[in-house]
Amino acid sequence: MLAEKDIIYRADPHRPSPARLVGVQPLAPEHALFQFRFEDPKENERWTHRPGQFVMVSVVGTGEAPISICSSPSRRGVIELCVRNTGRVTSALHRLKEGAIVGLRGPYGNGYPVEKMKGQDILIVAGGLGMAPLRSLVWYVLDNRSDFGHVSLLYGTRTPEDVLFKGEIAGLVGRGDLETHLTVDKLVEDGQPWPHDVGVVTGLFKYVKDRVDPTRAYAAVTGPPIMYRFVLRELLALGFGKDRILMSLERRMKCGIGKCSHCAVGYKYTCIHGPIFTYWDAMNLPEMI
Amino acid sequence: MSKRELRLGNVRVLPKDLFPDFVKGLALFGKVYAPVVRPDGAHVFSPVERVADIDMAHPRTMLSPKKYLFPPETEMYQFSPEKGYFDPPVDTAKTVLLGVHPCDINGMLILDEVFRRYYVEPRYFARRQSLAVIGSSCEPDDKCFCKSMHSEYVDKGFDLFLTDIGDAHFVRMGTSIGDDIVAANPAVFRPVEDEDVRAYKHAENCRAQAYKAQVELDSLPQILELEYDSRVWKEAGDKCLSCGTCSSVCPTCYCYDLFDRLNLDVASGARVRRWDSCLFREHALVAGGHNFRDGRDSRMKNRYFHKQVGFVSEFGRPSCVGCGRCIEACPANISIIEMIKSLREEVKV
Ligand SMILES: Cc1cc2nc3c(=O)[nH]c(=O)nc-3n(C[C@H](O)[C@H](O)[C@H](O)COP(=O)(O)OP(=O)(O)OC[C@H]3O[C@@H](n4cnc5c(N)ncnc54)[C@H](O)[C@@H]3O)c2cc1C
Ligand code: SF4
Ligand code: SF4
Ligand code: FES
Repeated sequence: MLAEKDIIYRADPHRPSPARLVGVQPLAPEHALFQFRFEDPKENERWTHRPGQFVMVSVVGTGEAPISICSSPSRRGVIELCVRNTGRVTSALHRLKEGAIVGLRGPYGNGYPVEKMKGQDILIVAGGLGMAPLRSLVWYVLDNRSDFGHVSLLYGTRTPEDVLFKGEIAGLVGRGDLETHLTVDKLVEDGQPWPHDVGVVTGLFKYVKDRVDPTRAYAAVTGPPIMYRFVLRELLALGFGKDRILMSLERRMKCGIGKCSHCAVGYKYTCIHGPIFTYWDAMNLPEMI
Repeated sequence: MSKRELRLGNVRVLPKDLFPDFVKGLALFGKVYAPVVRPDGAHVFSPVERVADIDMAHPRTMLSPKKYLFPPETEMYQFSPEKGYFDPPVDTAKTVLLGVHPCDINGMLILDEVFRRYYVEPRYFARRQSLAVIGSSCEPDDKCFCKSMHSEYVDKGFDLFLTDIGDAHFVRMGTSIGDDIVAANPAVFRPVEDEDVRAYKHAENCRAQAYKAQVELDSLPQILELEYDSRVWKEAGDKCLSCGTCSSVCPTCYCYDLFDRLNLDVASGARVRRWDSCLFREHALVAGGHNFRDGRDSRMKNRYFHKQVGFVSEFGRPSCVGCGRCIEACPANISIIEMIKSLREEVKV
């Protein structure tokens, strides 16, 4: 038997807390924004997170899925998740109506090292759904704008239809304190209005490369695995140190609390030591991307 | 009390002819489970019905005692659309595990760390606190390499520990619960005499000489890293059936799956935690169908790296305790001892 002193009791970390769906907005085909508030007002008050952290979402009867928090901790009130409809949990979520109850637990993961990023230039590179965790960072940086140097956002999607948070992104494009550039792989039809670039996201680097000082900058990159390969090459060519490139990694997750081992990469747990890794850490782990 | 009496205060002798009385006395401390032989010859921890069924000289049980702390399947919560997720009662029935070998006690100490770190898992510790552990000495066979893994001996993690010294057990008390057990059964124990100490030392010396299997732990993490692309992985991967048996029988494997199981009303049900294995193909599958460990060789590598590299960097020791169960149970005859020797090139590959 273990002595009482050897054990620290805390609330059960596997237990989801009831949260109410207070708003749903379609964002793009198969993607929607879900807004939640905990049923227990105390939990809403206590809630804090870092950009880049995630929650485990339960829809009763379907199980749990890890989803990035896409709202910024600088904007309290609701917890926002941008979810693609792909499987059991996410499709059940997409079927829910406002007022429905789900289970949430978290926040989990390390999040972006925002303290270290202070005083630095910030280059944000998003591909597709990678915009979700990065949206949290974008608003965090904008709400604490004087803490940071030059800030830019490069965002690539497949088609103009697939751009997430369209209204919000359009609003960012004109801002003087943030340099935003968009690109799509292709237009759905010729002549479609699209006053931005067409081509891969690395094609946008030409706009910002003279404005960012890689020796005092962080690059935050999130997107599909294929995107990393090209973006990393470009960032290294610009002179970014490997420990100044922050990537968000996706792994299968069951517990989110460093036990079930589904998310293990080499010696690290993505749910505890990640999901944000520097390229340097990533390089030194097997099977990283 | 003299110094000598104090020193011998936490050791006793349990004559073997009084062993049945000892087992009966344990009932005060919970339901007793011990190794018994099944008709097919396998040893399993089972509830004790007759003392004569207990085989204290068993080589190794099929499953480790981890099943009492972290059962193959656990209902974490029940749920219903109206009530959301709510708790089933936690199992805190008092249990006495008799006949746990040092490797398995070390295995439990490793699981303690795993379920404690980052976030404490309360169900595990609820079970842990209702469990009394009575260790027992063993005779290493050709698959035991606990000595190489530094887990052949325990100085904690047990309430009582019995070492076979011929016609008696030399009893060490590890906790005040152990002391309580002794105090509650004064008639079955006698004080330690000089010749008992001699017999104990003799038994320990014989056991230390008895090891046949051995692997070298020095610089093993580095060697595994250097041999990341070795064909040893490929060859073992070709043989492996991805059956996950090695994980089930292992005292320190703790991968699990979490899922919701629906009742017949298709609305209420339970969130279930079930043993999983990193050798299963779906273990690292993610959205979009991409699998980070698609090859059987890469999954096997993951298991070895987790135990022999990752755990060492975090806890300063491997999470393998050298019990030999995965060797005995593998239907493809994959042996962790042979694997490590091949990677170290101690044997011709
Ligand atoms: C840290 C982290 C952050 C994340 N953030 C987000 C986020 O912000 N937004 C988001 O949308 N996702 C995010 N994800 C991904 C998300 O967690 C997964 O897509 C999610 O687990 C899917 O859960 P599910 O139960 O809906 O899918 P599951 O049912 O578990 O299915 C998973 C995948 O298996 C495949 N699959 C499922 N059913 C079938 C079938 N019948 N036939 C063939 N293939 C099938 C699909 O490719 C599917 O995507 C994140 C993941 C991680 C690790
Ligand atoms: S027991 Fe043997 S065959 Fe089965 S998964 Fe383990 S190594 Fe492979
Ligand atoms: S890996 Fe094999 S030998 Fe090592 S503890 Fe697990 S079952 Fe025992
Ligand atoms: S998700 Fe279970 S260990 Fe990371």
